[in-house]
Amino acid sequence: MGKRSVIPFGPQHPVLPEPIHLDLVIEDEKVIEAVPSIGFVHRGLESLVQKKDFNEMTYIVERTCGICSFMHGMGYCESVEHIMNVEVPERGRFLRTIWCEMSRMHSHLLWLGLLADGFGFESLFYQCWRMREKILDLFEMTTGGRCIFSVNKIGGVLKDIDGDMMATILSVLDGMEKEVKDIRKVFLFDYTVESRLKDVGVLTKQQAHDLGCAGPFARASGVKMDMRKRGYAAYSQIDFEPITSDIGDSYARCDVRINEILQSIDIIRQAAAKMPQGEISVKVTGNPNGEYFMRVEQPRGEAVYYVKANGTKFLDRMRVRTPTFANLPGMLETLKGADLADVPILVITIDPCISCTER
Amino acid sequence: MAEVICPDNVLEEINVDELLARVMAKKNAGLRLSQACAVCVNGKYELSYSFANDDTYEYTTLRAVIDLDTNVPSVTAFYPFAFLYENEMKELFGVKIDMINLDYHDKLYRISAETPFLKKEGEEK
Repeated sequence: MGKRSVIPFGPQHPVLPEPIHLDLVIEDEKVIEAVPSIGFVHRGLESLVQKKDFNEMTYIVERTCGICSFMHGMGYCESVEHIMNVEVPERGRFLRTIWCEMSRMHSHLLWLGLLADGFGFESLFYQCWRMREKILDLFEMTTGGRCIFSVNKIGGVLKDIDGDMMATILSVLDGMEKEVKDIRKVFLFDYTVESRLKDVGVLTKQQAHDLGCAGPFARASGVKMDMRKRGYAAYSQIDFEPITSDIGDSYARCDVRINEILQSIDIIRQAAAKMPQGEISVKVTGNPNGEYFMRVEQPRGEAVYYVKANGTKFLDRMRVRTPTFANLPGMLETLKGADLADVPILVITIDPCISCTER
Repeated sequence: MAEVICPDNVLEEINVDELLARVMAKKNAGLRLSQACAVCVNGKYELSYSFANDDTYEYTTLRAVIDLDTNVPSVTAFYPFAFLYENEMKELFGVKIDMINLDYHDKLYRISAETPFLKKEGEEK
């Protein structure tokens, strides 16, 4: 047995975009165990239900995260809408679907860039983030915001996408599809990238299930689970299947996410073709009374929104279980037996969002 | 058109004494622990443990209502990763949970307030 040491990793580290700390127990260059510490910037957003009414909470929930902000707001709204038996107009549901998929593209491109940065491929990082800017421009064109849009409301959405905007979106996506396919060749077939990702941090399907993993992290291990199949927003009218891999290593996680970007482009095209004319929201009166667990497929996986209402304008509880919270145990498992040099890659491959986790 | 599966939430109210047996049954049925959380209403805790079937998308929640001073057994014997949920319930609400496999002793979140989500008497809306 080699000499054991403990190396502190984070909360400030060159490849960690957000604050998480790991105590890495290592033996020579191998990680034996990792003990996580979070909570450096816990904000207590959920406790604001005691001060903000259920409509105002929409804007609080959106601020859980700057990457999947739209989906946070939508998950919360759909939960309250379910309690209040509110039927969102079909056009509103399609608009939500389009913004959801654009958010997924933006998040996955951001992640691909961070991954490239993690293994030192700077030009690839710039290419991914350059493409991501185009999605942010589309957000700005359609909502006025680039990170937090505030277009969700209980009962639908606040802004519409007209024909000219939709034509622009589809045109930009046509160009991006080709670019994504180009960078896919680099991520999946460049030998230097392969050597950093293949067989690194393998998580089996059984492990992913037993550890409660979610999203692309679980799908890359063969777990065919995608909350969009539940049919919220307008996903019931979209033809798609969850993208999975049976390999379970870092390469598979990269593969799944790149293919999900292309799938998102396809979903947006379908939504644009099927979106009917009409109202984008309905007026909602009264206060919610009841409880509901809403599950949404965010870029990082299943997010759970629990709303418990008591008939007043203030909720008893609003709880968000973010996908990163679910994926931390899986990440710790992949670290066991890993080379110390691969730790940054393995942390990145779960696509951690500590901002969400520190809601 | 894609097949859509959307079984609604199922809520099963249980006594806290039967929590471990019911959780073990969910584990044996191959269900994933999707979330666990606490709520403080009417001077009692409502503890929710939600289980997902990832093939059928069914979602079942076990609900135990307990007094504030009641001790609750940890479910980490069956779902080891539940330590994060249980540490959160313990630190934010003050739920007394016994035998968590990785107990942060109220240091999961580096916050100065003690049990900040626990509604004190007179704060009920």
